[in-house]
Amino acid sequence: MALLTIENLSVEIEEKELLHGVSMEVGSGEIHVLMGPNGAGKSTLGYTVMGSPEYKVTGGTIIFDGADITGESPDKRAKRGIFLSFQNPVEIPGITLSDFLRSSLEQITGQRMKLWDFKKQLKTAMETLQMDAAYADRDLNVGFSGGEKKKAEILQLLMLKPKLAILDETDSGLDVDAVRTVSAGIAAYRESCGGSPLIITHNTKILEALPTDRAHIIADGNIVREGGAELIAEINEHGFEHLTGKDTI
Amino acid sequence: MKQKTQVADIDRSLYDFRFEEDAADFLSSGITPEIIREISEEKGDPAWMLEFRLKSLEIFSRMKMPVWGPPVDGLDMRNIVTYIRSKSRMNTDWNDVPEHIKETFERLGIPQAERESLAGVGAQYDSELVYHNVRKEVAESGVVYTDLESAMHDPQYAEIIRTHFMKLVPPTDHKFAALHGAVWSGGSFVYVPAGVRLDIPLQSYFRLNAKGAGQFEHTLIILEENSDLHFIEGCSAPKYYEAGLHAGCVELYVGKGAKLRYSTIENWSKNMYNLNTKRAVVEEGGRIEWVSGSFGSHVSYLYPMSILNGRGASAEFTGITFAGEGQNLDTGAKIVHNAPETASHIDTKSISKSGGISTFRSAVTVHENAVGSRSSVSCESLMLDGRSRSDTLPVMDIRTDKCDIGHEAKIGRISDDAVFYLMSRGMDEQAARAMIVSGFAGNVSKELPLEYAVEMNNLIRLEMTGTVG
Repeated sequence: MALLTIENLSVEIEEKELLHGVSMEVGSGEIHVLMGPNGAGKSTLGYTVMGSPEYKVTGGTIIFDGADITGESPDKRAKRGIFLSFQNPVEIPGITLSDFLRSSLEQITGQRMKLWDFKKQLKTAMETLQMDAAYADRDLNVGFSGGEKKKAEILQLLMLKPKLAILDETDSGLDVDAVRTVSAGIAAYRESCGGSPLIITHNTKILEALPTDRAHIIADGNIVREGGAELIAEINEHGFEHLTGKDTI
Repeated sequence: MKQKTQVADIDRSLYDFRFEEDAADFLSSGITPEIIREISEEKGDPAWMLEFRLKSLEIFSRMKMPVWGPPVDGLDMRNIVTYIRSKSRMNTDWNDVPEHIKETFERLGIPQAERESLAGVGAQYDSELVYHNVRKEVAESGVVYTDLESAMHDPQYAEIIRTHFMKLVPPTDHKFAALHGAVWSGGSFVYVPAGVRLDIPLQSYFRLNAKGAGQFEHTLIILEENSDLHFIEGCSAPKYYEAGLHAGCVELYVGKGAKLRYSTIENWSKNMYNLNTKRAVVEEGGRIEWVSGSFGSHVSYLYPMSILNGRGASAEFTGITFAGEGQNLDTGAKIVHNAPETASHIDTKSISKSGGISTFRSAVTVHENAVGSRSSVSCESLMLDGRSRSDTLPVMDIRTDKCDIGHEAKIGRISDDAVFYLMSRGMDEQAARAMIVSGFAGNVSKELPLEYAVEMNNLIRLEMTGTVG
């Protein structure tokens, strides 16, 4: 059984339809890539699966782990094991990254982790991402650079160990080294819990060290191609243009 | 499309308990010279105090009600019994405190607080101190912590009190200062000798427990040169059916090189008029730090003032105000720079919710002689829904150009993006909003001693979700 099944999903925002009957599946433990030109609907899909109230589902269903979650609130989806790495993580003044992570873990697992164990796990995860330990005591995302914010998202991924991790352009705006670090973080996440990343990107750099099982190409709110890792090579060579029939990127 | 999210109102049952009044020789409602004489006689006031009270009453009857702030027309002075005396006298041993009074205080956590390393408890029940205990080490250091009335009768302190009482806040200051001067009752007197630094905080609880009663406690604190004190004032009152009035007065004298931190959490029940006046004067190199949390009351007027009178004196004000349904809280701070190289910093947060109105006022005055002074004012407001209101009224009166003045104000709402972000990490909507609000208030709770910070966070959580988690 697939971990995530999206069936004929239509989504609108402020009465403008952005997805027109999208269907796709993500199998348990697989690495999936969602690619497409700017404005194709990649982020819309990610936000909708996470349950953002901004996006209105006008048709179709989202099935996760055998349950229909189409109408569920984001916190319930998080508890089921869905995670979204934000393109622009929000700054929350007055709450430290560490306190936030501990509350989040408690909400999702229903258990309060011992402080000592939590600190140990956090330290290891931060080392994997080459993050300065001082960030744990800084207010969540406040004053973080773009790259630090993305690392903090992957840090949450490592700590929360979701079944499905939607990574919305986590690689955008990062330099080569940072992309490599983030990529290593995703690999560590997979190793730790066997979760499934759904990587949204328009750059294939991040995929170099990650064995992609399946790629989905989206354009104008429709899935236009699906295939294996070979599809990524094709895009690297020819761009999206020949797939979508449009001049893009 | 904006969606209005309603957050459950606070469950105040935790605070709204009340015991049947057994105390009280009620004096007839309303205030006349005869009542003032009765009060004075009952207390055995010295002659100068009776005279002071009568003069204050005269000023009170001449002055107009304030019209520039939240409406106070719900306040009927003829219905307020100004003086209620509990039958219990002062106790220094907890065992001697009557059982029902003890129970009330226990529900407020006073004995625990004391056990948890607080230096002394002066707990006011109705208008008089019924329990008073200063730890040995505090007494041995020479610090005096007692109720103001006892001190007034003690030959050692009588003169100090006569020369300081309502000298910083004269009865002519405003109508409710005059009322206070006429009917004041109860309160604390703290005297810290030169060079004494108390590293544990002194604490007092004030509380009203009689229907229709006003409370007019007076706090007088004097710090001699190079001394250091942290005084905590905690307020909580049970709910009444008639409007209650609190018109307390706090006068703080901070000597050369001395440092005073004055922390308050006010959590009056939501029918209370809180018209409180607080003022500090700071001498050369001295420092006053105010930490102020205003949560309760129907209407509040509260603007602690710091007068920086000596070179290098400094003031810091950190405050938070939370106005919920039916509340109109008008709070802020005043600073007067009256000497060279003085420094002040005001940092406030205000939150309004469910139609609550929160107004921030600041007044910074820099006199001509205050060259080389610095002042910064920062206020941030958070409105939790479209029905609530938040206003900011910063006033600056700068008489010299040889100073450095800064001001910043921010008014905002909780963004949907932030709520979604936290929800995507497993918090439900209420928890997400509560987390954002606690974070917003974080700078204030960081300034409070741990148990107070916990209490404040619980209050915020209660206000936001109706539960303490």
